[in-house]
Amino acid sequence: MEKKKKQILLMGNPNVGKSAIFSRLTGARVTISNYPGTTVGFAQGQMKLPDGERAMIIDVPGVYNMFPISKAEEVACEMVESGDIIVNVVDATNLERNLFLTLELREKGVPMIVALNMWDETKHKGIEIDIEKLEEELGVSVVPTCGLTSEGIKELVERLETLKAKNFNKLKRSEKWEETGRVVTKVQVLHHHHHTLVERLEDISTSPGLGLPFAALVIFVSFSIIRFVGEGLIGYVCEPVFNDLWLPVMEKLSNLLGASGFLHDILIGKLIDGQIDFGASFGLLTTGLYVPFAAVLPYIVSFYLVLGLLEDWGYLPRLATQVDNLMHKIGLHGYAIVPMILGLGCNVPGAMALRLLENRREKFIAATLMAITVPCMAQIAMIIGLVGQRGGRYVALIFGILFALFVIKGLLMNRFMKGSSPEILWEIPPYRIPKPKAVFKKLWMRVTEFIKEAVPFVLIGVFVVNLLYIFHIIDFLSAVFGPILTGLWGLPEDTISALLIGFLRKDVAVGMLGPLNLTTKQLITACVVLAVYFPCVATFIILVRELGVRDMIKSACIMLLTAITVGALLNFLL
Amino acid sequence: MYLTELRNGQTAVVKDIEGGGGAKDRLESLGIMPEKKITKISSHFWGGPVTVMIGKTKVAIGHGMAKKIIVEN
Repeated sequence: MEKKKKQILLMGNPNVGKSAIFSRLTGARVTISNYPGTTVGFAQGQMKLPDGERAMIIDVPGVYNMFPISKAEEVACEMVESGDIIVNVVDATNLERNLFLTLELREKGVPMIVALNMWDETKHKGIEIDIEKLEEELGVSVVPTCGLTSEGIKELVERLETLKAKNFNKLKRSEKWEETGRVVTKVQVLHHHHHTLVERLEDISTSPGLGLPFAALVIFVSFSIIRFVGEGLIGYVCEPVFNDLWLPVMEKLSNLLGASGFLHDILIGKLIDGQIDFGASFGLLTTGLYVPFAAVLPYIVSFYLVLGLLEDWGYLPRLATQVDNLMHKIGLHGYAIVPMILGLGCNVPGAMALRLLENRREKFIAATLMAITVPCMAQIAMIIGLVGQRGGRYVALIFGILFALFVIKGLLMNRFMKGSSPEILWEIPPYRIPKPKAVFKKLWMRVTEFIKEAVPFVLIGVFVVNLLYIFHIIDFLSAVFGPILTGLWGLPEDTISALLIGFLRKDVAVGMLGPLNLTTKQLITACVVLAVYFPCVATFIILVRELGVRDMIKSACIMLLTAITVGALLNFLL
Repeated sequence: MYLTELRNGQTAVVKDIEGGGGAKDRLESLGIMPEKKITKISSHFWGGPVTVMIGKTKVAIGHGMAKKIIVEN
């Protein structure tokens, strides 16, 4: 049997840069995995110690202390027991609060080192820390680091093997606070420094008067950039590549296959007026590649670029503070805006982020609202592409309807579900100017993830569509569900095919509406119903895990009921 | 007086926290506990959260919880 690898735990307060250090230590060998049997995820990877031994390194969720308040702390407590080395990541600009955890961790009797992170920021914040004195006071090795620029990482790794377990007196809680205060006054000197421009901006974005207009401005600018970059990529990169380079290849292949037949239908799809139509032909090599790479990918890139900037800048917690009182009216608290925003990119990470919400009622409301009213970027891109041809105001109408549903559903659930939304309490991190390298690295990770996760599903979706038509399964289903579709929603019977594929991929499903020659009214109804009726299978799996089977069934009932009523209302009103 | 009543920009000392241990523990995690200095930065309309500065940390506290924090200046 293989010798058990050493386990190195990265522990520290939330938002002190543990993950940056994690990626520095593990290099390219990062594997993100979910901890089975718990709701709190963590990442683990491998690193090489100086003597060539391989060690397992675990990025433990951030905690302030080891009081068993939330699931995250429980997990952290359990993990400490199995660790061989603790790397305690400490925010050097916030020593006093961070050291409490350090004092708790050192009592665990596990070899430990302190990574005094964000060291670069102390200089311009006027903070001076005497490292040697800090080591002496704590009785633990201390290395100044900067996760983003990898300063100090090498020394940290070199010192890992020299660490020895030590015993410390167990202090009571109040004694630990006293001790942190004592240590901080001994090792830290604060110099006066002037308010920087960044700090002034901070004041604006949390002020009661200017905060909301500022939030509106940020959201408007964000969407403008997303549109500008997305449309630019489509118009100047993706469309030309597909039309000028890929189309001739496909035309040759189409001729070679004889312009029809089983294989032609699967690979190239149906010819529309004798031509290949990337949007409507529905072959694996035409629509199957066009949808993910030309219609959706540009918006994925632009969305995650902007999201990454907002995340690294530190704006999201401020936005959460701004909307907290409004979110309370729909049974949530401000932080629930974070999963919703992530859900706009893809509902899967959005659903995973529901873990941020502790209470079951809030999780249920947030999950249901997200599944019903938050379309993912892939779906949004397709709606913009398809409905946009009929006029921008129809696109706006669809998103207006979804937003109205968000508010109405939230008010209703808040009214009729027992309990109340919990109080917020969170740290607002300082603004940081995003580092381009870090932003692009994150963007690259998310985009490759999309390509790896989504493209196979799109291809399967397109393949299944073909099978459904070739084996006349659609005809059968149309006959069964036709009355609901035509009678209730005023949609043609074939739309059942899109609803069916919607379980697999919503973007493909919206794409399938294209060849159906719908009226504008039908198109709007179909897009809204597709967004509302059920999440895609990938999201569904995560939601079941997060909510449990019983709550998921309840939530699904609300989704289906909403789809039926809203579809009927639109059919009646429009 | 309660933290909600403190004026924006004013500094006070936390005297007591009413209510159960859960809220107390959560507040203590962020360094908000008796005898600590706290500066109120802003409050939001319609029962929105109160933002405070405690040490070097900016913290947003829900209105309901802020109403349990007794301060003196």
